[in-house]
Amino acid sequence: MVSQAREAAIVGIHEYPSRDVEGRVSPLQIKAESAAAALADAGLALSDVDAIYDAGDGGGMSGLTIAEYFGLKPSVIDTTNVGGSSYEYHAAHAKRDIAAGKAKVALLTYGSTAHSNVQRIGAGGRAGGIHPADNMESFTGMTLIANYAMVAKRHMHEYGTTSEQLAEISVATRYHAMRNPEAVRAMEDLEFLDIRETTIADVIGSRMIADPLHLLECCMISDGGGAVVIASPEVAKNCAKPPVWILGSGEATRYPENGGDMTVSAAAQSGPQAFGEAGVSPAEMDIAMIYDSFSITVLALLEDLGFCAKGEGGAWVEGGRLRFDQAGGPALNTDGGGLSSNHPGMRGIFLLIEAARQLRGESTAQVPDARLAVAHGNGGMLGTRHCAGTVILARD
Amino acid sequence: MSDTTPTRPLPNPDEPDTAEFWRKTKDKVLGYQHCDDCGTVVFYPRRHCTGCLGSNLTWQASNGEGTLYSYSIIRQAYHPFFRTQVPFAVAWVDLDEGPRLLTNITGVEDPATLEIGQRVRVVWEEHEALNIPLFEPF
Repeated sequence: MVSQAREAAIVGIHEYPSRDVEGRVSPLQIKAESAAAALADAGLALSDVDAIYDAGDGGGMSGLTIAEYFGLKPSVIDTTNVGGSSYEYHAAHAKRDIAAGKAKVALLTYGSTAHSNVQRIGAGGRAGGIHPADNMESFTGMTLIANYAMVAKRHMHEYGTTSEQLAEISVATRYHAMRNPEAVRAMEDLEFLDIRETTIADVIGSRMIADPLHLLECCMISDGGGAVVIASPEVAKNCAKPPVWILGSGEATRYPENGGDMTVSAAAQSGPQAFGEAGVSPAEMDIAMIYDSFSITVLALLEDLGFCAKGEGGAWVEGGRLRFDQAGGPALNTDGGGLSSNHPGMRGIFLLIEAARQLRGESTAQVPDARLAVAHGNGGMLGTRHCAGTVILARD
Repeated sequence: MSDTTPTRPLPNPDEPDTAEFWRKTKDKVLGYQHCDDCGTVVFYPRRHCTGCLGSNLTWQASNGEGTLYSYSIIRQAYHPFFRTQVPFAVAWVDLDEGPRLLTNITGVEDPATLEIGQRVRVVWEEHEALNIPLFEPF
């Protein structure tokens, strides 16, 4: 039974429905529209917001830019940008700021037109010569997918993990996506071929992009965005929807080191912090919203978060354990994930949004009586430098 | 433009932290830094030590041999040069002296035959202002 201090709660959420805006709206407009919808979801007004959290997707000096753009004069601005994990950091910081009495209503927003901009995030090369690390690496042509693929290759080498086991993650995620009309529309709009539930054979039979990762183990590149409203207990009790409490959080950083173990991510540090603060264990989680940029990301993060031991993830995910309608493990990415629903570049906000939906009973792949969820964002790149943000969420 | 053969994107030889590394490649020296204060092997190169933030760093030369830590075969790339190279191997190599560096594996007919843990050594791809350290099995 959960008995932790309840200092801040998610009270409003919105996921921008379109994944292909065809140039009709800008990232800033997606942020503002999502903010309005999330505040309406909470039963709050713009004038209630006194803190903004922003990862800079609206442009430079984002704290100032977004405040003016929204029409806010916030008393707290936090512009932490750690890639796709930014929103887990923002949720943790919002809780901290609210608990410290610095704010009562925090607004997190995200907007991206990565798909419309034809950003070749996955298979593009990186621009070199600015950061010293880039100046040592970009001559190799390493793609983002290859960065993750080298983690998978090493994991297979050390632990005997198979492509069939990694495919379980893609299959479970697609299983959930097919129950989410917005995810199905996303795949249609992004011109996925043969949109249906998949099998392990489908995944390992799909085109190899960077060994050992196949096409169906790679996330989509969509447009999109969303917003999350986090409030104090006093505000939360009068909101329109039941509160989703932030019980604990953890943050950690990892980068290449001589002799380092590439199969271990920063989640191995942020996970125990978050579970420890929340006073709960991975085994108690009904829902696991884990950043699924690629199949290997989820496998490594599940191990590092403590759902199973390092190296045992392959066997642990076998048999459909991660599906919302199977016992024996948490339901994984029940919205369809970045693999099959929404990945405009920084997916972290959707991890919070779908976790909140589950804990309110609003998911399209609803786990009956879901009480506890973990949202884990991985920002940056798994095989090289990344930040981890873990957030533990609970309903009343 | 249309008759220009795409070429490998080269490092900026003037980037402040890594300029000395690239300067040494002109003599086909694979350099890394050692901190004389705390003993840390620093790589990628910097002006300070990542163990103690000190600046008492000495350049040393690797013997150019190491072990394949992990690799991937890139089969899809959009960069104008690398799209002409697919499939090609990108790899992390652990040099015998400690540094782990990112490189390409060359000199193999089929990169799918590469094995983690196998021995590799540096081969230099020559360019005008600097040379690029690639690795091949031996």
